Amino acid sequence: MTSLTSERRNQAGLRGWGGRSLAGIVLIVFVLFFLIPIVWLLFAVTKSSHGLIVSNPFSPGSWADFAANWNQLFGFQGGAVTGWIGNSALYSVGALVITLFVSIPAGYALALTEFKLRNPLLILTLVVMLIPGTALVLPIFLELNTVGLIGTPLSVILPMSFFPFGVYLTYIYFSTSIPRDLLAAARIDGCTELQVFTRIALPLAVPVVALVAFFSFVQNWNNFFLPFIMLPSSDGYPIQVGLTSLLAATPAFNPSSAGSDSIQLPTLALGTIVSILPVLIVFLFSQRFLVSGMTAGGTKE
Amino acid sequence: MTLAPPSDQLAATASRRGRPARGSGRASGRLPIGYVFVSLYALLALAFGIVPSLYAVLLAFTNPAGGFAGVDNFVKVIGDFRFWPAVLHVTLYLVIWLTGLVIFVVALALIVHAVRVRWASTTLRFLYYLPGALAGASSVLLWLFVLDPTASPVSGLLRLMGFNSFVQVIQPGNLPAVFAIIAFWTGAGGWIVIMYGALNNISTDVIEAARIDGANTVQIALRIQLPMLRKWVAYMGVMSLAAGTQLFVEPQLLSQASNAVVPNDYSLNQLAYQYAFQQNDFNGAAAISLILLVVALLLSWVFVTRGGLFERE
Repeated sequence: MTSLTSERRNQAGLRGWGGRSLAGIVLIVFVLFFLIPIVWLLFAVTKSSHGLIVSNPFSPGSWADFAANWNQLFGFQGGAVTGWIGNSALYSVGALVITLFVSIPAGYALALTEFKLRNPLLILTLVVMLIPGTALVLPIFLELNTVGLIGTPLSVILPMSFFPFGVYLTYIYFSTSIPRDLLAAARIDGCTELQVFTRIALPLAVPVVALVAFFSFVQNWNNFFLPFIMLPSSDGYPIQVGLTSLLAATPAFNPSSAGSDSIQLPTLALGTIVSILPVLIVFLFSQRFLVSGMTAGGTKE
Repeated sequence: MTLAPPSDQLAATASRRGRPARGSGRASGRLPIGYVFVSLYALLALAFGIVPSLYAVLLAFTNPAGGFAGVDNFVKVIGDFRFWPAVLHVTLYLVIWLTGLVIFVVALALIVHAVRVRWASTTLRFLYYLPGALAGASSVLLWLFVLDPTASPVSGLLRLMGFNSFVQVIQPGNLPAVFAIIAFWTGAGGWIVIMYGALNNISTDVIEAARIDGANTVQIALRIQLPMLRKWVAYMGVMSLAAGTQLFVEPQLLSQASNAVVPNDYSLNQLAYQYAFQQNDFNGAAAISLILLVVALLLSWVFVTRGGLFERE
């Protein structure tokens, strides 16, 4: 009997050891898969276009080459890239502010007050939240086209401000984390409904405000399809759409573009990094809550 | 802060508009405060959720002159020689992507969750999540480099697989896999973190009980954790399926970068774009958008009503 158990334990141990190294290999392979492109990108921007092709992909280039790439990128079409970054900031932050202003009260009301249209609105929120963002873009274009908003910043900011996921997060937060008794006590103490929200609920909701702001900003900054459709003129492009202009001016991918204002491969790589830098910074600062699985915490079972 | 005054006005008008209804419906008291708080949101939902959907329906069933067209627009777009190839492209892409997503995300989440060393587990999750910062056009651009054997960091691997030039990599047969890899690279990390969170929510008592009963790590993963993850896997599948039908930015940029080796009507969304902006046929574009929207709505509706994921405890 004892020998049997020990034998079994041995087997399990062996299998555990083999399984463990297999698991380790899988983890490492995927770390490489996810990381190699990013690491390579960081090295690529420090090279000349010749160096990019002949040198070791993971060796650093030179500061002079980096500066040259930088100058080429920001000199493109008389500083268009700077304008695109400014546009991205305007659209993302503008939509973010409106999103917070709109979603936090809405989530609060859906969670903690009773009114007739509460259920229909809740279902609408869930359904739209699960629809991919791009599904409504062409219909919204057709709609805004009739009211003549196409090409204005509002045609991007307003649709991005409609952010059901933010309302949903706020709703979950308020309905699970704020005791109703607390609000009732405030009412008894003479708070008006508005004061209950601004003085009691809002100060307690800082974590969820940060969460909604994070998701809204990242999504707005990375949005491609909406501005691509809504903004016909290059002046209004956000950086994500501006990247297509850079790509079109890169002879390596578009041979017809070889000219004075053309973009070399390392410059295009630099453009890619610049386009994601704000989101990357936000990611680095939010890494603790990102990896904690807090995104899933809203729907604890 | 310039936003505040107009918004306040909107809130005021919305609540004023709602007020007359109260007399007929509710017995007594003022307008429920809830209406004031949701008014702005309801306005946006109306403007950018409901109205565009209805407008797309209207356009899809009318002709350019505004007359009722029945199903003519649908017959036209479905009969278009580009429609079925686009459906096939998107379907192939979805099959590869979803299969890979489910297998690898679940496996990686289980393995990362089994890592006992705290900093290692945190670091792994962050590294997997990091590419999520490069969504949309940025990630496609990066992959243009990675898939171009002349500049790629993995050119050795590409040549080993028999690809010596960018054009060879993006042959039509490879595209669904290429798009699936790009989508997996940007999106998988987020799902791994979500699955990890769901695994954390499984009670340790259950796991401990299984361990005492003699189950090893693999058995626990297969017999306990996997069944308890089922709902989240379904969630991931439905969301990814709906998002995948919208394929646009990847083929669009690849088409631009390859001198149209990749056609600019590769996916359904691109076809809708072509209808709207190349042929100036908004009715046809609306018909395709509506087909895609209905697919997305059906998927999300099934999930909201059957999934039980969003019930309030």
